[in-house]
Amino acid sequence: MESAWETVIGLEIHAQLATKSKIFSGSATAYGAPPNTQADLVDLGYPGVLPVLNGAAVGMAVKFGLAIGAEVAAHSVFARKNYFYPDLPKGYQISQYELPIVARGALTIVLDDGTRKRIGITRAHLEEDAGKSLHEELARLTGIDLNRAGTPLLEIVSEPDLRSAKEAVAYMKKVHTLVRYLEICDGNMQEGSFRCDANVSVRRSGAEKLGTRAEIKNLNSFRFVEKAINYEIARQIELIESGGKVIQETRLYDPDAGETRSMRTKEEANDYRYFPDPDLLPLALGSSTIEDVRRTLPELPDEKAARFSRQYGLSEYDAGVLTASRELAAYYEEVAREVPGEPKLAANWVMGELAAALNRDGLEIEASRLGAAQLAGLLKRIADTTISGKIAKEVFEAMWTSGRDADAIIEEKGLKQITDSSAIERVIEEVMAKNPGQLADYRSGKDKLFGFFVGQVMKATQGKANPAQVNELLKRKLSA
Amino acid sequence: MELHTRTLTELARGLAAREFSAVELARALLERIERAQRPLNALISVTADGALAQAAAADREIAAGHAGPLTGIPLVHKDIFCTEGVRTTCGSRMLENFIAPYDATVVAKLKRAGMVMLGKANMDEFAMGSSNETSFFGPVRNPWNTRLVPGGSSGGSAAAVAARLTPAATATDTGGSIRQPAALCGVTGIKPTYGRVSRYGMIAFASSLDQGGILTTSAEDAALVLGTMAGFDPRDSTSVERPVPDYRAELGASIAGLRIGLLKEFFEEGLEPESGQRVRDALTAFERLGAKLKEVSLPSIALSVPAYYVVAPAECSSNLARYDGVRFGYRCQDPRDLADLYRRTRGEGFGAEVKRRIMTGTYVLSAGYYDAYYLKAQKVRQLIASDFERAFGEVDVIMGPTTPTPAFELGAKTADPITMYLNDIYTIGANLAGLPAMSIPCGFAGELPVGLQLIGPHFAEARLLNAAHAYQRETDWHRRIPPGYA
Repeated sequence: MESAWETVIGLEIHAQLATKSKIFSGSATAYGAPPNTQADLVDLGYPGVLPVLNGAAVGMAVKFGLAIGAEVAAHSVFARKNYFYPDLPKGYQISQYELPIVARGALTIVLDDGTRKRIGITRAHLEEDAGKSLHEELARLTGIDLNRAGTPLLEIVSEPDLRSAKEAVAYMKKVHTLVRYLEICDGNMQEGSFRCDANVSVRRSGAEKLGTRAEIKNLNSFRFVEKAINYEIARQIELIESGGKVIQETRLYDPDAGETRSMRTKEEANDYRYFPDPDLLPLALGSSTIEDVRRTLPELPDEKAARFSRQYGLSEYDAGVLTASRELAAYYEEVAREVPGEPKLAANWVMGELAAALNRDGLEIEASRLGAAQLAGLLKRIADTTISGKIAKEVFEAMWTSGRDADAIIEEKGLKQITDSSAIERVIEEVMAKNPGQLADYRSGKDKLFGFFVGQVMKATQGKANPAQVNELLKRKLSA
Repeated sequence: MELHTRTLTELARGLAAREFSAVELARALLERIERAQRPLNALISVTADGALAQAAAADREIAAGHAGPLTGIPLVHKDIFCTEGVRTTCGSRMLENFIAPYDATVVAKLKRAGMVMLGKANMDEFAMGSSNETSFFGPVRNPWNTRLVPGGSSGGSAAAVAARLTPAATATDTGGSIRQPAALCGVTGIKPTYGRVSRYGMIAFASSLDQGGILTTSAEDAALVLGTMAGFDPRDSTSVERPVPDYRAELGASIAGLRIGLLKEFFEEGLEPESGQRVRDALTAFERLGAKLKEVSLPSIALSVPAYYVVAPAECSSNLARYDGVRFGYRCQDPRDLADLYRRTRGEGFGAEVKRRIMTGTYVLSAGYYDAYYLKAQKVRQLIASDFERAFGEVDVIMGPTTPTPAFELGAKTADPITMYLNDIYTIGANLAGLPAMSIPCGFAGELPVGLQLIGPHFAEARLLNAAHAYQRETDWHRRIPPGYA
């Protein structure tokens, strides 16, 4: 049924810029302070006060523009978006309208089948956030917390190039990775530092005209984005198929009910009466300023992934996973550097045991209980055959709980692999002597009993015997 | 000579010579303020205790030899400038009990210079008016004749200086609000170049036009105070980073050869004949001083009033959105819900003229009208600015009348807003182009003072002040004091 329909999605992502102070005032932007303790007279919209633009926010917007290959405007303009709401102190939001600081960029996402898709980014503009209305805490009253008022945001508007919830999530993740790489946003979605509005419409496959869209507001997790969009697609298709019409409206996603609900229709929408803010001069950026910012750009995620594939011989998928954050990539590179010639081993361990342990404890790579050098210390012992991969897992767990180095644990627990052939031979002989029945059976053709003997040898050596040597020596001894 | 009849410069000399103390001076003027309050209603707040304390501090500075040229000089602030701890009403019920927690940059600078604040001057509500009749605190009356208006919006400031209640009063000018009342009250007023004086702490009416300035009894006094008020302020992004000349030191230069442009359009119909004659007389006086007269034309100037009444209301509709009863200022009784809170707070807190301009401004910015009104008005503004630029290629200063008529009666123009708006027909152009402009007394039409307007190119304040000073050295119109206040 769905193949008869095409979905068209565009995202407006709001990334809170990681400046120390607000975009037009000197108040701090730290999250979680008691209500209204981080709002000065400018944030409160007091009579007579004026906004002064925070240069750090401008630098961050420029950084983003350069990273998505966009045009960074030599001349952009702040405009007032006028509407009344108690958590909007001035009765207008300072934003950018006709002339944004960043325009016409793009990012490439990788779809499930491995194909690449370019997603256009119409524009990215600077604006201030509003405060928060608190409806729950006070009975019959609404509280206003203006700590967030004036926090700098970069609103990143995509072209309607996305065709499914999955694509939307892939694109949003891509932007999320990028802003964290650039260190312009902490990406914390729970605190609302990174959130999006999704414009969703459907049309019959092959139709040229876009369907009427609904805008789903304030989605603050990748999971919600996917669920809300899928719900909305199904709702619109069902509505049209049952003879109804989609109306242009703003909807809210209710994660508990798993559905979107109408917030206001187009008729109820505000006329924002945008006009250039006369308190702020047009923002002029010289090419030298822009070039100065360009020089501060780090290696970007796509560049880094390509280099990982090339330099470490990793698959595109592995390179993608390992470059998902700057910190993870740095961790991997350190491990790979410490264990020369084993980049694949390093990748497997970082993406395998380490990722599992982090995940289990709910930790980010920055908070890993084991540093890259420590993990490398363990991998070195695999590489030089001091321990087997199986023993290494055991050592890893001990390291993870104790925080101690691999060598100390191997030493203490006596886990060093037995590679002395004569020692292994002695054990084999003991095992053969203890199991004359099985030996006779094996020799009369029951080949399957080979595994039994391997098991007994490993058991007798507490798993420390070098498995390859055990195999080889056993074969020889059993058939002798 | 009685203290109040002296100019600010003369008072400064007297203080320096210990002829009288700052406290004595403040006391004398506070007494005059008290007596004049009922007939004139020039002040909204009188800060006698604070004034005496500041004056005493000034006397200590003088005694210690630390005094600057303004130490101990009294002044009144237009009630649009925020003053820490003293209520700032902006002439509105909306801010009737608003006490700002900070000083405007202008207030802070003049305070630092040792000036003594006597009180806060009455004004048209949110500076919207040309007669001071829109004030929530009642109209101000003209000291030359109390049946007449003092002009507006800085009517309280102008009346206070004219009645010699203070040697200086701060003021603001969005479309003529310094120059028009200066003309109607017979005092000297200067509106500097847009960006010359910080707007921080000056409650916004129309941000791209608003500019703070000063009213005094002479150009020399204005030069002294303006030099202290002006300058770049990091808190105001539209203030200009450019050194402030020593305006007073530049006074006294000969004006021989000064090219004066007579603005043709300002002498056409609508100009009351006797006022026109006084302005022509003044121009003749300038000629005698060696200036050259030349007629200039600003073809687009006729569009200035309509353009202004699109741009200024548009900005005001947005600037005044913050008065919503949520955080400060007036709030209606027992709002039922949010919409009711907004509707009644703003409906009860604002007066009719403010509401008219908010409505107009909201309309011209609305979807579907923006291009036809706001954008068009901005284009007209560009045209007017280039008209002036072209004229200043030929002349150094443009001169003409400040207002079409002398002061008019209270209530005469309140019924028809358009008639009232036309009072600013000669002054608005300088605001739209961001140019410095002055008004100085140049004689009388009947018993009422007439103002001569001087407009200069950007940052030519020193040139305007010098020309005005040269004229005032030859004439004594600026020393005339309204009967009853001498």
